[in-house]
Amino acid sequence: MLKQESLILLLLGLFFGLMGIVYWVWSGEDGGGVMLLGAFLLGMLPGFYYLWWYRRTKGNRPEDREDATVADGAGVVDSFPSSSIWPFVFGMGCFFAVLALTFGNWFGVPAGGLLIWAMAGFTAESRRGGNV
Amino acid sequence: MTDLIERPVTAAPIAPAHHGDDHGDDHGHVDHDEHHGPSGLLKWLTSTDHKVIGMNYLVTSVVMLVIGGAFAEIIRAQLVSPTSTLVSLSQYNQLFTMHGSVMIYLFAGPFAFASLANYFVPLQIGAPDMAFPRLNALSYWLYLSGSITMLLGFLVAGGAANFGWVGYAPLTSAANAPGSGADLWIGALMLTGFSAIFSGVNIVATIFYLRAPGMTLFRMPIFTWNLLVVGILILLAFPVLTAGLVMLYCDRHFGTHIFSVQGGGVPLLWQHIFWFWGHPEVYILALPFFGIVSEVIPTMSKKPMFGYKGMVFATLTIAALSLGVWAHHMFTTGAVLLPFFSIMSLLIAVPTGIKIFNWIGSMWGGQLHLNTAMLFSIGFVITFLIGGLTGIYLASPPLDFFTHDTYFVVAHFHSVVIALVLGGMAGIYYWGPKMTGRMLHESWGKASFWFMFIGTQVFTIPAYIVGLHGMPRRMGVYPNNPAWQTLNIWESVGALMLGIGTLLFLVNVVVSWKKPIIAGDNPWDGGGLEWFTSSPPPHHNFVSLPPIRSERPTWDYNHPDAPALGHGKHAGESSNEKAPV
Repeated sequence: MLKQESLILLLLGLFFGLMGIVYWVWSGEDGGGVMLLGAFLLGMLPGFYYLWWYRRTKGNRPEDREDATVADGAGVVDSFPSSSIWPFVFGMGCFFAVLALTFGNWFGVPAGGLLIWAMAGFTAESRRGGNV
Repeated sequence: MTDLIERPVTAAPIAPAHHGDDHGDDHGHVDHDEHHGPSGLLKWLTSTDHKVIGMNYLVTSVVMLVIGGAFAEIIRAQLVSPTSTLVSLSQYNQLFTMHGSVMIYLFAGPFAFASLANYFVPLQIGAPDMAFPRLNALSYWLYLSGSITMLLGFLVAGGAANFGWVGYAPLTSAANAPGSGADLWIGALMLTGFSAIFSGVNIVATIFYLRAPGMTLFRMPIFTWNLLVVGILILLAFPVLTAGLVMLYCDRHFGTHIFSVQGGGVPLLWQHIFWFWGHPEVYILALPFFGIVSEVIPTMSKKPMFGYKGMVFATLTIAALSLGVWAHHMFTTGAVLLPFFSIMSLLIAVPTGIKIFNWIGSMWGGQLHLNTAMLFSIGFVITFLIGGLTGIYLASPPLDFFTHDTYFVVAHFHSVVIALVLGGMAGIYYWGPKMTGRMLHESWGKASFWFMFIGTQVFTIPAYIVGLHGMPRRMGVYPNNPAWQTLNIWESVGALMLGIGTLLFLVNVVVSWKKPIIAGDNPWDGGGLEWFTSSPPPHHNFVSLPPIRSERPTWDYNHPDAPALGHGKHAGESSNEKAPV
């Protein structure tokens, strides 16, 4: 249904927006005002997206219905990877990239190699995708 | 390799005559070898199973707790004497910086929102895994590599970062912190920051999209509710810190002057950015532990959660207010709006008080089972209450002016965060049997609790007093004042007791591994869905699910004759839903 989910985000965003107006007008301090504006948007954007999705689908998900039975959700949940080496390879690429920030650009060579290799691996794995 | 996962089937109804002694029934049992994936080191490197990743987080974060604790013991050994030379003042600066950094960034955060959360959020909502398993694995590798990056600081010329865990400008400028240690600290926080953001995305998406049929938002366990709010807070707060770190790196290496006065920058901007992340971070750290004790206390009191909806709205209120309190850390700068931040900070005591009231309400009139998990939970409530009440003093600008940068603030903060450690221990003792299939020994556990609980108070109470006497924080030496020294010795005794308590916990883990006591599937007669599956759960978690008609579906299933106490118009219906033929 996603209605309650969207309401949580919209109400939080609205509160941050109101708080931001009070703070910005009262203090005249821009840094905090801009960050509260960002928080307002981070609440409103996904909140409105979920609301739009709820209205579009006339949401009737079994996880949102109090009377739903387990059988109502029968069927495939989704596809889930059972294992993958690529998160590790990508993580090591990020590790070397950060070391390059400290110890010199030459660390960027293994970092770039690992990141490109991992992204290619992710893509190929997603295309193969077992039964997908 | 990708698996298409079907929903679990409906569990067969149990005969009412058998309930009560039927907590260990076999509705979740499967052949644990049914998943023929990699094993050993390759499993650790490649697994995308949320349970394996959760265990990885748990072990790594406990290692970080031990490392950060070792730094604390050295700090306390130094402060036993006013003029100790155990470590140099330069080394002391590195030690208190890395103690805070390791404990906050590498232990408390990942333990809170990535270890037990990773393991138990999917189990509590009846999901087969997190929504994005590979992103989940990447989060862990970024966290591990970030941890290594930060600790590498001790191996480079000039040593580790030495400007405090808050990294205030201009102490972090290239002129004031010229070594590689500062850059490694910045890089480590970028890695762990992205790790946290990815965890936040995963937690929110999992809770929004992978709940089992009938698991409405207001039937979710309080732990999962708290993690949902934590996920949202992570997405609001962590990008701000990461942006600040990029600016800081640019100031140090690319000639920008965002935080330096010389080029027209504003050093105070760093404090705004840091605390805009830093105070929500306090709740990002705390809410998962609130969630843990909200599971332990009702279960060990044989009652449902007192004031379930009140707890949920208190959590949401804390999240809303937490973004409006950042500059109470900056009262003494003289450049912030005192009434606004004081009012917002005082307001946040209200939902926190509701939570403490509801925990007491959950125990009230219950059949208390004072095992180790429950003792740690009660210890958490008491210690957090002390930290929370002293926080109310600090929300008042006149009192804050008097105590700012003294040991009073250190004591307040440590009452709060050590309370979280006690809550984390409660979680390990409560859910450890589900994760390993083995009980942790109670005698070792209770000994560990008493050392840790008493040690916390022996450490913090003298710290409050010496702070009120005016002793500043972050000093490797201090004036030769006998009253200060006596209080410092007591603080060090408390820190030593905390260390012994932690050591006893580690001994307990080893002893419990060597002399296993089989746990069964539901050793506490728990009510959440995690207690419906086997211990440890199978790959993709569930073979069958019970009907979900309250926030305690497993308890409803195991006690079909008990009056229903759930929420919603269908809460009172029979839980003996018929299994499909």
